[in-house]
Amino acid sequence: MSGGPRTEAKLTETPEFRLAIIAVAVFVLMAALSPDRFLSPQNLTSMAFQFPEFAILALAMTITMMTGGIDLSVVGVANLSAVIAATILTAFAGAGMVGGAAIMWLMIAIVAALTVGAVAGFLNGILVSRFGLPPILATLGSGLVFTGLAVAMTGGSAVMGFPAVVAVIGNSTIFHVPVPLILFALLAFGLHVLLTRTGFGLRVTMYGANPLAALFAAIDVDRILLKVYVIAGMFSSVAGLVIMSRANSAKADYGSSYLLLAVLIAVLGGVNPYGGYGRVIGVVLAVLSMQFLSSGLNMLQVSNFARELIWGGLLLLVMVINVTNWAGLRPRRAPAKAG
Amino acid sequence: MGSPDSAVLVEMTGVTKRYAGVTALDRVDFAVRPGEAVCLAGENGSGKSTLIKILSGVEQPSEGAIRIGGEQMRGLNPRRAASAGVMVIFQDFSLFPNLSVAENIAFASELAEHRRFFNRRAARETARKVLDRIGVDIPLDARLEQLPVAHKQLVAICRALACEARLIIMDEPTTALTEREVRRLLGIIRLLKDEGVAVVFVSHKLAEVLEVSEKVVVLRNGRKVAEGPATEFNASSLTRHMTGREVAEASPGPFNGAGETLLTVEKLDKPGAFRNVSFEMRRGEVLGITGLLGSGRTSLAKALFGLVAPASGRITLDGADVPLGDPVAAAHARIGYVPEDRLTEGLFLTQSILRNVAVGRLDSHERRGFLDMTGLVGEAADWLARLKVKTPSIAAPVTSLSGGNQQRVALARWLSRAPKLLILNGPSVGVDVGSKAEIHDIIRDLGAQGLGVIVISDDLPELLATCHRILVMRGGEMVDEIEGGSITEDDLSHKLAS
Repeated sequence: MSGGPRTEAKLTETPEFRLAIIAVAVFVLMAALSPDRFLSPQNLTSMAFQFPEFAILALAMTITMMTGGIDLSVVGVANLSAVIAATILTAFAGAGMVGGAAIMWLMIAIVAALTVGAVAGFLNGILVSRFGLPPILATLGSGLVFTGLAVAMTGGSAVMGFPAVVAVIGNSTIFHVPVPLILFALLAFGLHVLLTRTGFGLRVTMYGANPLAALFAAIDVDRILLKVYVIAGMFSSVAGLVIMSRANSAKADYGSSYLLLAVLIAVLGGVNPYGGYGRVIGVVLAVLSMQFLSSGLNMLQVSNFARELIWGGLLLLVMVINVTNWAGLRPRRAPAKAG
Repeated sequence: MGSPDSAVLVEMTGVTKRYAGVTALDRVDFAVRPGEAVCLAGENGSGKSTLIKILSGVEQPSEGAIRIGGEQMRGLNPRRAASAGVMVIFQDFSLFPNLSVAENIAFASELAEHRRFFNRRAARETARKVLDRIGVDIPLDARLEQLPVAHKQLVAICRALACEARLIIMDEPTTALTEREVRRLLGIIRLLKDEGVAVVFVSHKLAEVLEVSEKVVVLRNGRKVAEGPATEFNASSLTRHMTGREVAEASPGPFNGAGETLLTVEKLDKPGAFRNVSFEMRRGEVLGITGLLGSGRTSLAKALFGLVAPASGRITLDGADVPLGDPVAAAHARIGYVPEDRLTEGLFLTQSILRNVAVGRLDSHERRGFLDMTGLVGEAADWLARLKVKTPSIAAPVTSLSGGNQQRVALARWLSRAPKLLILNGPSVGVDVGSKAEIHDIIRDLGAQGLGVIVISDDLPELLATCHRILVMRGGEMVDEIEGGSITEDDLSHKLAS
């Protein structure tokens, strides 16, 4: 059933197969343009440390898009979670603390960050389900509120001075595999299982395919939406912790370019922004393509400003290409009376 | 434009329309002369809606030609059809409820003339003239939503006339009208015909409009099966041509099972929709609820399933109260609801046949949070087989199925939940004639198995063929209760519209 309606389609016709080809093509292109630097172990390692933070945000975006919604507050939630975790770590632990006490405070900070993510997501979920606000506006507003809270708590400056153990989340490796990459892999796998192997995941897909039919099929749509936004919020707070650890600080306006990137990756990954279709493997492939492209552009010394232009242009291009596919996937507004 | 004295106003030749594997129209010829009224008859799913859509440019034919006023129309679109004088009045009239009568009448013609600014006085003038033309007095400044249905229909006719309609196609023009209103409509149609305006009535109950019509065309399963002067047809011969059967399906007769009470509805009330509705039904009973469009029958059906929250009243199923206004609770109490509009409400069109059924049973196949796919798939496949859904693969999109098979998928979803009460709203809308009879068989079987089934429909032969008892609604109230088998279609139709 995980294949759903696509079991009929040949592997080579799936959007995911196309994405795999794109990822490989971008990799090969970048490797050819700058073989010494792109293929160097340092570059490959640094890429593996770089992408998980925005890739996790893209996963959060994916699950909301599956319902036909969107979460524009992911970066705001990430930063608010990080600021609160960082405040706990600096206030109670401090830069010098080592050993068991430091680990304990790190655990407390992580739990606090995840709680912030869950509460923020719950708020988004309430706005979208109970109050029926359009997700794009609800989360645009709530994202500003979360960022504002983080600014108010920090006065806009970075919070720093953590115990050394905090660096484990973002800067260490286990068996040569970067920890952030492991975190991303676990979350991606978890989300894949959630979407394809649980009743909840199937309901999310069905709701995204046709919210009205979901109501008529007696699916508890409010609860589904609440859970979706809570999950998105908690994923965002994990991303926030990774960012905090890698930057060794937390600030209200870190990762401001990640929002567009997360949307771009989800859309590039084949998630239907009208809802009802999306596969985690597609998102993972899109993440890889984007990271290869990003690193390559870096090596070719393309400016950061040009990069935003490229991301924006790419997002529009991908949507224009996909819109022919989505046209059939969009829920029909006008009932065509047959006969 | 063709020559004005052209003998044939609209001519369709060899028109065929295929949708993904389904032939909705099969080489149909159809012609209308100026000042002529034509009855286009056919059951749901016969292809009559498709024919109107092609004639009005909404859909393109797969094969065949259309000539309007002698001119060959290639790539016809709704705007070209309208400027050639072909106007459709759909069942919902497509009017603007928040605008005045004058604005509704004049709006389309003003647009067609490419006026940049809206001139209120000119609009009133246009509306006044058209209303005078058909001899009707409706206040020009009344907001449309405040008018009764019959007046809305007249406004829609006036709008078509304001656009200089030469052919007015009316989709199910009498379904929402009382008998008196039907007579007034017929008077207006006679007037229009004298002025050379042609009219096509599209309906599955045409006996009422036969007297003003010159010609009858009957469609069945996408083919033209009969055509001739209206004088050669009567209600029973029309029915015979439409269904292809000599006799109507047999009625299940009055309910004689001594089953215990299943459902009690007490004083259910929702202002603006239905008033003080009370009834009871027993296990194994098939109960019909009917009424004209706007009689409150659909609101009541939705209220029974919690999709509409009544202001007051009580629903009891098997002795236990069913919470009002909560579809999840209603489903939990084992009430099922198959909506009227399969495409937007009933099915998840982009999803597989399998998922469309399985979505009803996710709870029962979850073990520690994970779905037991084998069990879920097996059960869904089993139900699809039991309902004889014809498909090469249950993993195929549900859109690959015909209307009748799609309806079975919707049924399978609810039947797999072992409901005590199943509410079917328009169970055979958009289903071809053969499948329709089979769906009726399924409904009768469900009753025989001890389920309570409520059939909401305005398809009177359908109600007579499936229901033990029929409740009639009018203006939001239950006005009549009829034992199945004790009434003819004509008498029932009279009760609805009186």
